[in-house]
Amino acid sequence: MLPRDLQPGQFAAYPPQARQLAVAHLSLLRKLPLSFLPAFLRELSDYDYKFPEERKFIDGQLSTLAALPPQQLDAWFQPFAQLTLSSKLEHMDWVNQPALFLEEESAHLWTTRQQDAFRKAAMDYEARLHAALPAETLPVPRLGIAVIGQGVSSSDAPLFAKLRAHGTYFSQIDPLGGLDQLLQAAAVRAKAHPAPYAHWYVDGGTPAEHSSQLICLSYAELASLRTSLLNYMQKQIERPGMGPEELRSNLARLQPADIGMNPAGDPVLDRFQLKLFTEGSGTQIFSTTFAQWTAREALRRAQPLTLAVRFAPRQRQRPMNELLSPGGSAPELDAAGSLVDADMGAWYHWLNQQRLAGADRSSFVVWFEGHAQALAIGPTLPRGSESHSPMDLSKLVNLALG
Amino acid sequence: MGRDDQVTAQACGKQSSRAVLSPREIAQRITRSRRDFLRDAAHISLGSALMNASPFVYGATARKKRKVIVITFGGGARDQETFAPQGQENIPHLLNELAPQSSFFAQVANHGILGHYVATASLATGVYETLNNFSAVPPEHPTIFEYFRKDLRRPASDAWVVAPSNGFNRIGESDCRGYGDGSGATVVLPKRLLRAATRGTATDYEHLLHDNYETPLYTPQVEGSEFELRQLESILKLSVDDFMAHARTLSSPDELSVFIARRLMKLEAPSLLWITMHDIDIAHSGAFSLYIDGIRRTDRLCAELWAAAQSEPEYAGNTTLLILPDFGRDADEDAGGNGFQHHRTGDPESRTTWMMVLGAGARQGVVYDHPVQSIDLVPSLGAMLGFSPAQSQGKPISELL
Repeated sequence: MLPRDLQPGQFAAYPPQARQLAVAHLSLLRKLPLSFLPAFLRELSDYDYKFPEERKFIDGQLSTLAALPPQQLDAWFQPFAQLTLSSKLEHMDWVNQPALFLEEESAHLWTTRQQDAFRKAAMDYEARLHAALPAETLPVPRLGIAVIGQGVSSSDAPLFAKLRAHGTYFSQIDPLGGLDQLLQAAAVRAKAHPAPYAHWYVDGGTPAEHSSQLICLSYAELASLRTSLLNYMQKQIERPGMGPEELRSNLARLQPADIGMNPAGDPVLDRFQLKLFTEGSGTQIFSTTFAQWTAREALRRAQPLTLAVRFAPRQRQRPMNELLSPGGSAPELDAAGSLVDADMGAWYHWLNQQRLAGADRSSFVVWFEGHAQALAIGPTLPRGSESHSPMDLSKLVNLALG
Repeated sequence: MGRDDQVTAQACGKQSSRAVLSPREIAQRITRSRRDFLRDAAHISLGSALMNASPFVYGATARKKRKVIVITFGGGARDQETFAPQGQENIPHLLNELAPQSSFFAQVANHGILGHYVATASLATGVYETLNNFSAVPPEHPTIFEYFRKDLRRPASDAWVVAPSNGFNRIGESDCRGYGDGSGATVVLPKRLLRAATRGTATDYEHLLHDNYETPLYTPQVEGSEFELRQLESILKLSVDDFMAHARTLSSPDELSVFIARRLMKLEAPSLLWITMHDIDIAHSGAFSLYIDGIRRTDRLCAELWAAAQSEPEYAGNTTLLILPDFGRDADEDAGGNGFQHHRTGDPESRTTWMMVLGAGARQGVVYDHPVQSIDLVPSLGAMLGFSPAQSQGKPISELL
């Protein structure tokens, strides 16, 4: 089936809001090329469970495309239309199983050496779309906070190496009460600028005391979800003929209820948490990977105004097959290695924050927990500088915010 | 001036002019050219200034004694963790010991599928293979081992592959008509050997047996011809007990691979030995420190293997060593990826890597900055060794001729 053959009834299995949107824009969807449309439908079919910023983006995309004159619409999608797909792909149920289609399409594009053309088409499309969408005005500039090195008594490693060129290094931070001060700064912002999913606290271990106005996800509190998921994966692996693609597809189809999550929970957040473990590689095993990937996905999807991420020591590396099996003895921790992981994670946190609207006014603070070293990036802070002035983390946040 | 402003002024001195950088701009600012950092790092000169008579011009008698060892990294490593200034501390052996002896190709592009088995198969055939990366299937085109043995009439004992995991068990020969069917290399899978030696019992060294970091829960079914346990004694001259005793002293699968390779060099002295390392691919777990550990281990093992070649009478003085990652990893600045963790975007950093050629016939201390492709490896080796890779789609690298 090709997009031009789409009928309203084919969206019957979509959740209500997604179905309504798809049917309302059927004439537009029919004009989009098959090499593009399933990727869009994968997002649209989850509309009911998307964060507000994601919904806004889907709405904006639909209205922008619907408003384009036919010739311009053709021009936007010509690079996609020029890609050659197989008849096998055309015969797939890409309306109801877009993720499975995308697995197959990706393999096809790599095999036929069209991946680079697809990549360019996608990047060009995104650039055009963002140029066409109205500029966003944020209620308050974004703030990122990263806390790294929990459990490390001392380190000779030069910290924040990748971030130093973009901000100011501080060597005389008073560590007393530092974590509380950072979480308090996040809480103050959450209270002053309340909005759904706008202020987050991610912890790679057990969360510290924090405001209830922060969305909090922690590695410790998601332990039962991880265990359930690993059990599910193990059973899937043991099925005859199971391959990596099929495993990924099965994981993509998992719903919170399938894995025993509380049906009374927040459906948006529950699905987000599930995807952290089904789509993230290594998040099931290493808490540092969990913290980094959660920050990345929260920024990409929810686009929070405030995101505080605290890394905790991950378990020492042991064999994957052993680590992925539930049970066993308590793992040892690797605090020094986790500091290296977290230092890189903080760099990625800032990079991902800078991809969002308002990057020119955003701020970032990273602190070596329990120590005097920190780095701050902000609109008024110089780059590549050092400061040896004593101060606490509350002041540092204020400095970063300008 | 408010209190915070005073702190700002006190802490930071004068304000600098600021412009917001996009991730792409950041990348441009932090990246020096590959040529610059390599030249600075290893104090080696540019190849374009050194084009002279080929060091690889050998007579027929010389070719008979020529040995070639190829080391690939089945787990790409990026410039910024290796040859770029900030990564050089991770590769002291490659940088300070091997690079000054080598012809260094600074831009080796892989335009094929960026999966480790399919990319290694492409390296071995000189064709961008399109096989399923996660299946134990042979390459579609003849491998270097088949060309080598067929054209030069070499016995099976003269071409070996030491590969990391079960998925590589078919890398030694294709199913191409006129080739295959025992005409390729013998493949040793050290981890499979280890698993066989433990006879499936739960052991402390189970961690060595992990098959694939990209899909950690999946192990392809092994079919066809591969190294059997009984060959431990007949070829490697090791009892199971001795083998296990040594394995217990090793910390990683790649250490086991190098141990096997050194045994083969001592006992079989193959003229064509291909080793694929895999520890670096732990990067897929997202733990940056473990990725760095893998790079450092690989760096050390490359030097150890080269030192071993110098100490083996069959190899000393007549061996050419080629070292290359199969591809890179995603750039930090590519929003479609997650930095070092994967190689899924197809961006330039994931497609571009390097190759080091040293030893017999190689010009020393030369950097070549022009682009070559990973599929140029097989035709280049063909030109060196005197076989004709008829179906290869690469071109011989002129600086190696």
